[in-house]
Amino acid sequence: MKIIEVKNLTKKFDEFVAVSNISFSVEAGEIFAFLGPNGAGKSTTIKMLTTLLKPTSGKILVNGSDPEKEADAVRCSFGIVFQDPSLDDELTAYENMEFHGVLYKVPKKIRRERMEHLLKLVELWDRKDNLVKEFSGGMKRRLEIARGLLHHPKILFLDEPTLGLDPQTRNHIWNYIQDLNKAEGITIFLTTHYMEEAEKIAGRIAIIDQGKIIALGSPEELKSKTKTSTLEEAFLALTGDIIREEKADSASMMRQNRRMWQR
Amino acid sequence: MSTIYILWLRQLKRYFRSRSRIIGSLGQPILFLLALGYGLNPVFARAGEGNYFQFLAPGVIGMSIIFTSIFSGIEIIWDRQFGFLKETLVAPVSRLNIMIGRTLGGATVATMQGIVVFLISMIAGFRPDNWAMIPFVVLIMLLIALLFTALGTAIASLLEDMQGFQLIMNFLVMPLFFLSGSLFPLQGVPKILINIARFDPLSYGVDALRALLINTTHYGLALDVLVLSLVTTFFLFLGSYFFSKIQI
Repeated sequence: MKIIEVKNLTKKFDEFVAVSNISFSVEAGEIFAFLGPNGAGKSTTIKMLTTLLKPTSGKILVNGSDPEKEADAVRCSFGIVFQDPSLDDELTAYENMEFHGVLYKVPKKIRRERMEHLLKLVELWDRKDNLVKEFSGGMKRRLEIARGLLHHPKILFLDEPTLGLDPQTRNHIWNYIQDLNKAEGITIFLTTHYMEEAEKIAGRIAIIDQGKIIALGSPEELKSKTKTSTLEEAFLALTGDIIREEKADSASMMRQNRRMWQR
Repeated sequence: MSTIYILWLRQLKRYFRSRSRIIGSLGQPILFLLALGYGLNPVFARAGEGNYFQFLAPGVIGMSIIFTSIFSGIEIIWDRQFGFLKETLVAPVSRLNIMIGRTLGGATVATMQGIVVFLISMIAGFRPDNWAMIPFVVLIMLLIALLFTALGTAIASLLEDMQGFQLIMNFLVMPLFFLSGSLFPLQGVPKILINIARFDPLSYGVDALRALLINTTHYGLALDVLVLSLVTTFFLFLGSYFFSKIQI
């Protein structure tokens, strides 16, 4: 069963094409990785899949519903860990978790159990009553992941979840996510810049560059296609080694200026 | 229900945790009560208009409510900048419920602020005509607070960042307050002021407070309540509409 289906999806910000006519699908229960340089259109695609952004054209089905027209149905089907912070700094770690659990209607008993388990997993249980604004960047990141795992949705979007975490924590978190995937059949849709992570856990990988999907397949397929021995080499062979930072920034600036007054 | 409750609770927690904001937002009303209330009281009395301090206090209560509630609504911009807005927007709850929870939270905070300013004005010498009216006074405060929180939400849903904030303060909140008849009686002022005040919802809010607290009214309490209710309903719909259209 296809749980995510994307056909000819395009997103333009004025003249800038962030996502250009991409099509792919994700099977239920699979771990699917979206890889690409900065500004390739990964986050924009995730935002469209998760109802935060409307596509310019194309068709999306998430768990059988259209994010644009049946936003509420789609929102019931997924959980997400964002790339950038989305915690409330003025609340404690525990309150942030509680807030999330209530919004996602996790029953109280299960909620409390999971909150304890997850906060221990990311080693924040001792700090649960501290305000988030007192946390370091890494601690916030860990809390963010713990919160994203609190409810068990059909699809879990992870937008660069392990950015800036030490290898131990990353290891813990990926193990937990793989267990979740196996035990509950949760579909995982992730993006990451750590190629060895993607190689280790993803079943299939799409490589996106400048808004287009340039390769799609299992890590082995990608490696044999490019005649390389690691995913990182395959990735570089496919996307080249020019740094893309500049372009992404000007695009998001443009977006911001344009959207300041109108919508 | 639980969604609305948790969002309401969040607004309250945030408010009580920012002591600097509470103290800061009390400074202005105190200044108005002292400088204008005490300062202009003798002139007002000489003109045969009675006690200015009694007249001004409901206006200053209205001021603290409009400032706090628009500010609460505008907080959405902060949430957007700090990313927390995304967390609520992808949750499997309707945006209408999110908007209602936030607005009720903001309005509760603003009403409490109004009550605190009321108590301060009591200390400074204000005396309501009829104590039995106090519960209704609180209801009117809540209505004013709901109205302006919803307006703040509507505006904040359209703004991307804090750059527009000064604009809103200077061209919306300040005029709404100064032209509302909070500071002066609307009887006998130039026609243009009367006409402007007629389109300012705060005029009706403050007038209703005066009707209940000091038994003077310009429009009449019935009209005040009617206008406040209608405008509040309208802004709630407008706010929900814009809020439901937010993209990130």
